[in-house]
Amino acid sequence: MDAIASSVTLQNSSERGGDLVYRTRLPVRIWHWVNAVTIFALLMSGATIFNAHPRLYWGKFGANYDHAWLVIGKRAEEGFVRLAGFEIETTGYLGLTPYSTKVIPPLFTIPNYYSLAEGRQWHFFFAWVLVISLTLFIFYSIFSSHLSRDLALSSEERKLGHLWHDIKDHARLRFPTGAAAKAYNPLQKMAYLSVIFVLIPLVVLTGLTMSPTLNAAFPWLLDLFGGRQSARSIHFLCATGFCAFTFIHLLMVMLAGPINELRSILTGWYRLPQPRKDSL
Amino acid sequence: MISRRNALIGVGALTLSGCDAVTRSPTVRKVLTLGEKATLTSQRLVTDRNALAPEYTRADLSPRFRVNGNSMPTSADYLSHMASNFTDWKLEIGGKVARPFSLTLAQLRSAPQRTQITRQDCVEGWSAIGEWTGVPLALILLQAQIMPSAQYIVFHCADDFSGVPYYESIDMIDALHPQTMLAHTMNGQPLPIGHGAPIRLRVERALGYKQAKFVMRIEAVESLAGIHGGGGGYWEDHSGYQWFAGI
Repeated sequence: MDAIASSVTLQNSSERGGDLVYRTRLPVRIWHWVNAVTIFALLMSGATIFNAHPRLYWGKFGANYDHAWLVIGKRAEEGFVRLAGFEIETTGYLGLTPYSTKVIPPLFTIPNYYSLAEGRQWHFFFAWVLVISLTLFIFYSIFSSHLSRDLALSSEERKLGHLWHDIKDHARLRFPTGAAAKAYNPLQKMAYLSVIFVLIPLVVLTGLTMSPTLNAAFPWLLDLFGGRQSARSIHFLCATGFCAFTFIHLLMVMLAGPINELRSILTGWYRLPQPRKDSL
Repeated sequence: MISRRNALIGVGALTLSGCDAVTRSPTVRKVLTLGEKATLTSQRLVTDRNALAPEYTRADLSPRFRVNGNSMPTSADYLSHMASNFTDWKLEIGGKVARPFSLTLAQLRSAPQRTQITRQDCVEGWSAIGEWTGVPLALILLQAQIMPSAQYIVFHCADDFSGVPYYESIDMIDALHPQTMLAHTMNGQPLPIGHGAPIRLRVERALGYKQAKFVMRIEAVESLAGIHGGGGGYWEDHSGYQWFAGI
């Protein structure tokens, strides 16, 4: 109760549960949707590229005869994923599927047939979109104070006790209500900040590290990530991170009220949830 | 009666064919090439002309360097050269040069050499490190007195895919780069057939498909139009791979 009461005082006190409030400004909404399309295009064209050589290595080099830490493959009648020595049978889903001869089925790839050349065209086009839109968004966030006002954690929120409270609320699916629901909650802020300042920069840098021309221009990139094949592996782990973020993000939208959340990210307007009966 | 399962499969198929229409649309494909152009321009902008590809040590060599593409040309001409260990073979240099000439393998071996241990990155994603010894391409082009009008160097190869010959091309920035060479030796041994004997191109700031094997003829040209499919290489013509292979 105290935590809720204290965060209410941070908000405009005239706003309460049931009110329609303007929460998400236009540049944030545009970036969100550009990003939504971009991330999907990059993940799916990346799947096409991965299909060309579905093995991952650590170090400077790595090819068929070298040890791979992750393999998605097939043998005779069986598809499998082998991760650090452990093998899971994935026949029908990954490795061996009735839909194509490649390990990731066409439902998850762009284009929806195997063409490494086209997959690369899609991937690099949207890589540019990602870099340009992120740069513009970061500038906007700094100069409009979106970063300091909406995304940065307050000193109160940075306290472990507060974060622990937020984790427990999430686990019990008790989301903020009333005026407190207008702001992002601490875990949400941390998720967004880590995508903006960790995940996207990391995926871009590891992507650039795979470029032989840029290896000549910036050889320190190879040292930073421990070699080209390590960079490729980290790039893939980042992609997994994007999948995880997108899954949790969509799950949270569903749990928090999909219509209200969708209206907010389309029009900016959000209806503050009514306080729960049990908490009053 | 349409079952729910069939309806789902139908919706899935419709979605896929919709995607198919998007990916096959000429307009979409044209827009996507903007990314390729931006990559070429910006990579050229941030990369010094003579910036060297990283070189490695013998300790970094791949234990086994994967053979990729064609492992052996099948033309009668190549097979007879192979049988005689390339003693009568000659590399021809022509096109937009003032002094076309040809070189035997022995002449190439006695020309000024360079040895480099570099990493080859296949467009598919794998990498292998090998040691290459050969003649810098710039020296050969200088000897041939390349004309200022030459914009690209085309490498005509002995191998083919179903009768379509392999070829590749690079621009003058890569052609005159100090690490760009015609390699006749790999890991201290004469270049194996599978890796492109008698000579292969090494253009170390580009992906594997640029590293043309079984090079028979070098041609300096003003434009790539009119050479085979005009795309500047077999994979460019045949499968739409990007001519600029810097990423």
